Amino acid sequence: MPEIIGKLKNRLSKTRDALFGGLKSLVGGRKLDEELFEEIEDVLIQGDLGINTVLELMEFVRKEVKAKGINNSDEVLSLIKQKIEDILKENCEPLKLISGQLNVIMVVGVNGVGKTTSIAKLANKFKKDGKRVLLGAADTFRAAAIEQLEEWAGRLGIEVIKQQEGSDPAAVAFDALKAAQSRKADVLIIDTAGRLQTKKNLMEEIKKIKRVISREMSGAPHEVLLVLDATTGQNAISQAKLFNEALELTGIILTKLDGTAKGGIIVPIVNELGIPVKFIGVGEGIEDLYEFDPAKFSEALFDAEGGMN
Amino acid sequence: MPILSNLSEKIQQVFKKLKGKGKLTEKDIEAALREIRLALLEADVNYKVVKEFISKIKNKAMGHEVLESLTPAQQVIKIVNDELTELMGGSQSKIELADSPPTVIMLVGLQGSGKTTTAGKLALHMKKSGYRPILVAADVYRPAAVKQLHVVGEKSGVPVFDMGTEVSPVEIAQKGIKHAKASGFDIVLIDTAGRLHIDKELMDELVRIKDAVLPNEILLVVDAMTGQDAVNVAEAFYRELNITGVILSKLDGDARGGAALSVKAVTGCPIKYVGVGEKLDALEPFHPERMASRILGMGDVLTLIEKAQQAFDQDKAKELERKIKQRSFDLEDFLEQLKEFRNMGPLEEIFEMIPGMNKFKNLQLDEKELIKAEAIIQSMTKEERANPEIINSSRKRRIAMGSGTTVQDVNRLLKQFSQVQMMINRMGAFSGKKKGRKMKLPNWGFPPFI
Repeated sequence: MPEIIGKLKNRLSKTRDALFGGLKSLVGGRKLDEELFEEIEDVLIQGDLGINTVLELMEFVRKEVKAKGINNSDEVLSLIKQKIEDILKENCEPLKLISGQLNVIMVVGVNGVGKTTSIAKLANKFKKDGKRVLLGAADTFRAAAIEQLEEWAGRLGIEVIKQQEGSDPAAVAFDALKAAQSRKADVLIIDTAGRLQTKKNLMEEIKKIKRVISREMSGAPHEVLLVLDATTGQNAISQAKLFNEALELTGIILTKLDGTAKGGIIVPIVNELGIPVKFIGVGEGIEDLYEFDPAKFSEALFDAEGGMN
Repeated sequence: MPILSNLSEKIQQVFKKLKGKGKLTEKDIEAALREIRLALLEADVNYKVVKEFISKIKNKAMGHEVLESLTPAQQVIKIVNDELTELMGGSQSKIELADSPPTVIMLVGLQGSGKTTTAGKLALHMKKSGYRPILVAADVYRPAAVKQLHVVGEKSGVPVFDMGTEVSPVEIAQKGIKHAKASGFDIVLIDTAGRLHIDKELMDELVRIKDAVLPNEILLVVDAMTGQDAVNVAEAFYRELNITGVILSKLDGDARGGAALSVKAVTGCPIKYVGVGEKLDALEPFHPERMASRILGMGDVLTLIEKAQQAFDQDKAKELERKIKQRSFDLEDFLEQLKEFRNMGPLEEIFEMIPGMNKFKNLQLDEKELIKAEAIIQSMTKEERANPEIINSSRKRRIAMGSGTTVQDVNRLLKQFSQVQMMINRMGAFSGKKKGRKMKLPNWGFPPFI
């Protein structure tokens, strides 16, 4: 497995430019005027930071520049970098399991963001920490979703609780919870079907899954994690907002950071909604999941060599 | 949630402001363009594309003909409409068919963009258009991908060719085409594994598949929710594979779909289809001019008519026309109409296509009301359906019980029916009277619950 990761990193490193790497050459030695500010604005927008957050950021920059009499353009950059880091740090805490009891984790998101793969990675991580892990296959909608989860589980040697495709996902979640309790598992991760956040009936369905879990075990689900695709644009804000309204999210898993998208969208989400990022996914390998580090992340937005992992 | 609604709403607001002014100054146009710029950026349109787009419009709109015309706002809207259409590709682009079958279509894209589902949708679309398609399972990497394609194939009634996951995708593609030729299939859809555009090894694999089977079309499936990165992805796939077109998936959410506007601009590749739902028939050919109208709130009557034609049974429509002329439209016909109306797809989507109707966008259109109405009529006897006037209070109670509704619900339905009946009878009288100038009957035209 490690050599695969090494290979992947090599393969990707060449093209891995920093999102705002271009900013350095853009501002280098230039006069601090409106024209420059507007160009910086463009670059930030290009990074999916979204109009509102970008305007907010730039207002902050303009104020600071005035107040502190900054006339060095490089300082402006570190100002932005620091501000982004501050935003991301807000209520950012690593996911902690409560020991000595069952921890139920629900994983949700729109279609194709990488929920099932992220669950496999999470399961692997917990298993390596010596936890007893069980998976619940509550994506009963998408063709072959159960098989996909089972295939991962087989590789990891983890049991999957499932029913037929098309069965009631809340019933699967219920079964999985009962099984996890009787097997004295430490962690139960429940996979759910991808759904667009605007489909009312599907959002009702997922609320019901959560209700069934809370009814059977008080305090559960302990975590409700939204999986977001780093390549997603402004729609990710709507995803986070509507899933949060329906389920009270406890955190975000940001996937597909191994592409050219750098997940700038996370900045407005944390800024506007205050939902913390817990993990990032950087590849298809089972080990390619890391705890989110705000400092490293904002560093990586600016420097090509800045380590995300 | 209507397609591209956010973008659409913003731009319509800008136009409303413009229309409110009689005369336009350069300043007014500057302000409007700035707002359009923000709306486009917020819709994830690539910022370079936005810049160019805005400057083009500016050049055209600042001229004397526009500013000094009697309807400057209309002129500006027209310019935006034209440019938007142009930006999205000008006119509809269809699948290029091979001179001698089979036509080979390769689907490529990032992980999770919706290739497998799209493959199934396209297969069904082709089948409905009279072709004999076959699906080829060349995704040997993602767990259970082959199985997923089989399920999708089964649902769309299209066979799937697979060789498991131990064979190279190149060989699978070649053998799949061979098999298709031998068995008389005329369209081969190759589902490839999702991959990153910067993954050299896997991109090379696609090139090898391409070289081995020489596809007629290589379609890039792009998630409509993609952000600014869409351009990088499309450029890379274009560079490596010379893709011939794009399918935009997941356009049914509140995706702003800015990717749609950028991808064409940077690669020159037309968008051929858009995916608008989870069901396998939720794939529409992409019409740039219609999409532009939708974004600008001018409705999309053409698509609506096509949808209606697809959903409605022609014979039944003729029968209805006859009944209307004889003024014998009864509850049975009403039920039939309700069903056909629902066949056309989600109500919100339909209303979005009717010009002027997107004002009612926030109206909660409850499909359940339609279902309720169906249930009520279905709980009536044949006699009651033909002669609603015999429905007295005890009958109403029975109908309410049978349909799981209330007497009030039944009353409401009957009232609505009588209004529709009156309207129809008037239409019948009208179409009977005027000779030569026959009125075309819009048989989809009465949503009873809005």
